[in-house]
Amino acid sequence: MSVMDKDDAEVLEGLSSQLAMRTLPRLGTLYSALIAAAITAVIVVVTPAAGIAGSLVIWYLMYMLVQTVWSFRVEGRRFAVDRLATTLVWTAFLIALTALVWILVSVTIRGLSAFSWDFLTGTMRNVSPLREGGGLAHALVGTLLQVGMAAVIAVPLSILVAIYLVEYGRGKLATFVTFFVDVMTGVPSIVAGLFIYTFWVLTFGFERSGFAASLALTILMIPVIVRSTEEMLKIVPNDLREASYALGVPKWKTIVRIVIPTAFGGIVTGVMLSIARVAGETAPLLLTTFLSQSMNPNLFTGAQASVPTFIWDQISSGTPASIDRAWAGALVLIIVVVMFYALARLVAKLTAPARQ
Amino acid sequence: MAKRIDIKDLDIYYGDFKAVEGVNIAIEPKSVTAFIGPSGCGKSTVLRSINRMHEVIPGAYTDGEILLEGDNIYAPDVDPVNVRGTIGMVFQRPNPFPTMSIYDNVAAGLKLDRAKGKGKNLDDVVEKSLRGANLWEEVKDRLDRPGAGLSGGQQQRLCIARAIAVEPQVLLMDEPASALDPISTLAIEDLVHELKRNYTIVIVTHNMQQAARVSDTTAFFNLASIGQPGRLVESGPTETIFTSPVERATEDYISGRFG
Repeated sequence: MSVMDKDDAEVLEGLSSQLAMRTLPRLGTLYSALIAAAITAVIVVVTPAAGIAGSLVIWYLMYMLVQTVWSFRVEGRRFAVDRLATTLVWTAFLIALTALVWILVSVTIRGLSAFSWDFLTGTMRNVSPLREGGGLAHALVGTLLQVGMAAVIAVPLSILVAIYLVEYGRGKLATFVTFFVDVMTGVPSIVAGLFIYTFWVLTFGFERSGFAASLALTILMIPVIVRSTEEMLKIVPNDLREASYALGVPKWKTIVRIVIPTAFGGIVTGVMLSIARVAGETAPLLLTTFLSQSMNPNLFTGAQASVPTFIWDQISSGTPASIDRAWAGALVLIIVVVMFYALARLVAKLTAPARQ
Repeated sequence: MAKRIDIKDLDIYYGDFKAVEGVNIAIEPKSVTAFIGPSGCGKSTVLRSINRMHEVIPGAYTDGEILLEGDNIYAPDVDPVNVRGTIGMVFQRPNPFPTMSIYDNVAAGLKLDRAKGKGKNLDDVVEKSLRGANLWEEVKDRLDRPGAGLSGGQQQRLCIARAIAVEPQVLLMDEPASALDPISTLAIEDLVHELKRNYTIVIVTHNMQQAARVSDTTAFFNLASIGQPGRLVESGPTETIFTSPVERATEDYISGRFG
């Protein structure tokens, strides 16, 4: 409005019409950055401020100040606030991205030194921590078996719970279930491990095994899948349920044939993310199956290795060769998780409801 | 196949709230009955109670009788699933199943109920239903395409095809054209005219001209006052209701002088 309030002659000077307004030059952002750099240079020279990190912080604050003040003078308050907010959002995005890229790059670079075909196919049996070589085939098999079994138990259970909560649950029982799912979301993974250890191993006397580890992972997966499935079922429009009822289709068939297929892509994504999450768990596995240097394809007897416990073990050994193996193990774990995620995206895409 | 409906002393509740009170009306077979009235007067609620869709909402229930050719659909031993298979419904917003093709949408009722689909040639049913909904010529070359990819008017006719594929006795339509443009609306109205040869049709509409054009009988619903339950003010042959209604409120509403 402030622009409109000015004298007509002044407003129209250099502008195409009454509706037009003054704006920063097209490269205003770049100019602001350069001016901020100049101010920063002066501050660093004149004052005791020094160092790259300090200079960057000063430059960033100056950049925001210069651009906001300039924009406020030329474009007005709304555009100045818009530019400031845009800058802050981009900053937050870049900080988050930096952490992610940093992890990926450093794990890839350090992990590649010990990474090879032999590393994927060999085990640590009779490999001294001091020697190079060895592999994590035993750990990879362990992780796939343990996480696979956890998924086999957790996925149907969680999806049924979510269906109950969204389609049937009313009153006290539903409130209770929701409450306990919330509580389970907050359970630290080591507590899940301890629970299975006391419940399965100490109370019932079963031996520690990969299966015990699967049970601990199940506890961690259930709340994640219940929550995501619940959200996906909730966004299925009620219109579709009613359309199905109006055809004389019973409720259970409506859920199985209409509601679940409509939400399928989202449910699969939630399941895959929960798998990716528990694939990196270490503490509950140490309590329930500990670790192993040899291949043990039997989920139900004896200690079984897994990729996270492999990494933990190699780091604990502390020799240069074993630390290289730990990094390579981390790389393998990231690749496995990324593969799961890519698979989830693919399935979600293939099963998504047809778009208009 | 068309059957008559008699509504007797029907009260409809949402939990503690009485939404509709004391509805008595006879709906003749092979005719179109229009429910008109201001928003919130309970006409959609009455419509939804005719195929027991009302009770899908938690806490909602009804009191009174609705007789389908003499049989009370609210008798304790009646399964609502059977009622809904006999009394079909078309909704205000087109709602084709997004995961299904045009073909599967039409066949959905038969595919999801094997007993109903038994011994029927699905291809024939799909073609017949789509022809019945005046949609066949437009979609016959792309039956495997997703139903959600059609225009709004085509989607609504697809939903009508889906509803008549299960061969109901009665077809309930809840403002079926209110989300459509005038051309699609005309297509739906023409379709209603054709459908009444085989079905008993009840249609809720906010559009007075539409009620006058398509219906044989018109029922006017209104609220006694704000917060009071809705009630049926009067019903009768459409021509009578539109030219010489008995009640003052009906005349005011139809002539646009409503409060």
